[in-house]
Amino acid sequence: MHPPATAAPPRAPATENGSGAPPRRPAVAPRRRNRLLDRWVSPIALLVGWQLGASLGILPERLLPAPSTVAATALGLLQDGSLVDAVGVSLQRVLTGFAIGATAGIALAVVVGLSRWGDNLVDPPLQMLRTVPIFGLIPLFILWFGIGETPKVALVALAVTIPLYVNTAAGIRGVDPKFRDVAHVLRLSRLGVIRHVVLPGSLPGLLVGLRLSLGSAWLALIVAEQINADAGLGFMINSAREFLRTDIVVLGLIVYSLLGLITDAFVRLLERRALVWRRAFGTR
Amino acid sequence: MAARFRHPVNGAAAARPAAVDGTADQSAALDGGASRATAVDATADRPAAPEAAASGGAAAEVRGLSRAFDGRPVLADVDLRIESGEFVALLGRSGSGKSTLLRVLAGLDREAEGTVAASDSAMVAFQEPRLLPWKRVWANIALGLDGTAPKEAAVAALGEVGLADHADAWPLTLSGGEAQRASLARALVREPELLLLDEPFGALDALTRITMHDLVLHLWRRHLPGVLLVTHDVDEALLLADRVLVLADGRIAHEEHIGLPRPRHRDADALLHARDRLLAVLGVHPTGDR
Repeated sequence: MHPPATAAPPRAPATENGSGAPPRRPAVAPRRRNRLLDRWVSPIALLVGWQLGASLGILPERLLPAPSTVAATALGLLQDGSLVDAVGVSLQRVLTGFAIGATAGIALAVVVGLSRWGDNLVDPPLQMLRTVPIFGLIPLFILWFGIGETPKVALVALAVTIPLYVNTAAGIRGVDPKFRDVAHVLRLSRLGVIRHVVLPGSLPGLLVGLRLSLGSAWLALIVAEQINADAGLGFMINSAREFLRTDIVVLGLIVYSLLGLITDAFVRLLERRALVWRRAFGTR
Repeated sequence: MAARFRHPVNGAAAARPAAVDGTADQSAALDGGASRATAVDATADRPAAPEAAASGGAAAEVRGLSRAFDGRPVLADVDLRIESGEFVALLGRSGSGKSTLLRVLAGLDREAEGTVAASDSAMVAFQEPRLLPWKRVWANIALGLDGTAPKEAAVAALGEVGLADHADAWPLTLSGGEAQRASLARALVREPELLLLDEPFGALDALTRITMHDLVLHLWRRHLPGVLLVTHDVDEALLLADRVLVLADGRIAHEEHIGLPRPRHRDADALLHARDRLLAVLGVHPTGDR
């Protein structure tokens, strides 16, 4: 029924080093350029295997539909606009929650990192909160916020706040105190110290926190949307389950992971731009 | 050899013969009333609250200064006066409290007891250059500089230390000597009346150190700040300073006036005797042959 999507994957890279010859040093440089390609070999092979398995009837359509079926479903849902709507709703939840959580996390970290009293008063409860499994809070959130958008956004916000707070605070504490001496000698104002020394110095930690928090933002969204949703990706997946539309379930998962990949790439881009001063050192 | 012409510091030093005599303008660097307590934020009730100003013509003055760490005294009743435009070197074994004294003058140590008056514009060059790695070199120099054109001022200062073409570089790409020169530029661009040098050449290789000595002398003659050079290198102190002090047992244990004109040769007779005396005070006894 389904024609094989592509020819067999190129096997050459897989056997390239199988001759038993010791790896030669000069060969490293030219091979590095192909590594990106090499790393695509196994995912493509898996995809092709999956397609073949489905086409030959080894994988039952009801449990795992063929990639081509999922692609056709995606196209259909794109055309009638329902996929775009669902993604839009989910994206809005994540972005709202992220904005709230990021603001709170960074603000708390600055307070804690810059004042002893902030550290004494704010850090202990946040560290305690960190040990509470946040999905355990869902029943409480439903009691507090009902079953509308609020509990979902709140869950995402909390999932973002904690890792961002922990890593940014660690970044601020990690700023070399010698730089504070410099700031004192140069007579920087308190605001100047924050702007020129503390925040840029804590940026590596903040960016680590940003990546972790975006990861947990998506996770929190998926869990929140499973529980009570009337729109969004989670709702799409849940209703598809009721109608045994495995293809839509799989499509939903793929969209989730694509969204995760995109945000991760965004942070990596941000990292590359914000930490050029460190890269200059690494590539010397 | 081409290399001879490529060294910016030597080139600059050779091109500009020292114009100022070093003693001409000592009179009143502090006259503008620009003096200020070192520790800006020290509250009035602190025992070490520095007094208003050093009396006429001093870049820094310290009286009865004591400092203890966890009950262990490091400085005990130290008196020190640095005239404006005077180059003072402070020698001492490690742990003798030289750097502590410098930190007090820089306003970085507020726990000391005694009277401290230092110029409003004291600047420090630390042993490690301490450039902020996330700011380009010129932005490090311009940091906290208020004026109409901080970048131009920073680039000009970098030119003085032979680093004009590194203005846009990231600090982590500089060599140790380059970073230290940038650190000097950062201090001097503010035209300080007191320049505090905390073993600034300690981490540099011997050849770079010689170049840096020339550069520091050149810059000192041009800007004429009072200088306190903290070092453990006796030769360095003898080559550079008007006055060499030895810190031992928490107080100034020895003072040596070096009247020799610069540039000095390290084997000059006057220096040989001074060196022997200094080494003796420092508790080092040369084994006869020099």
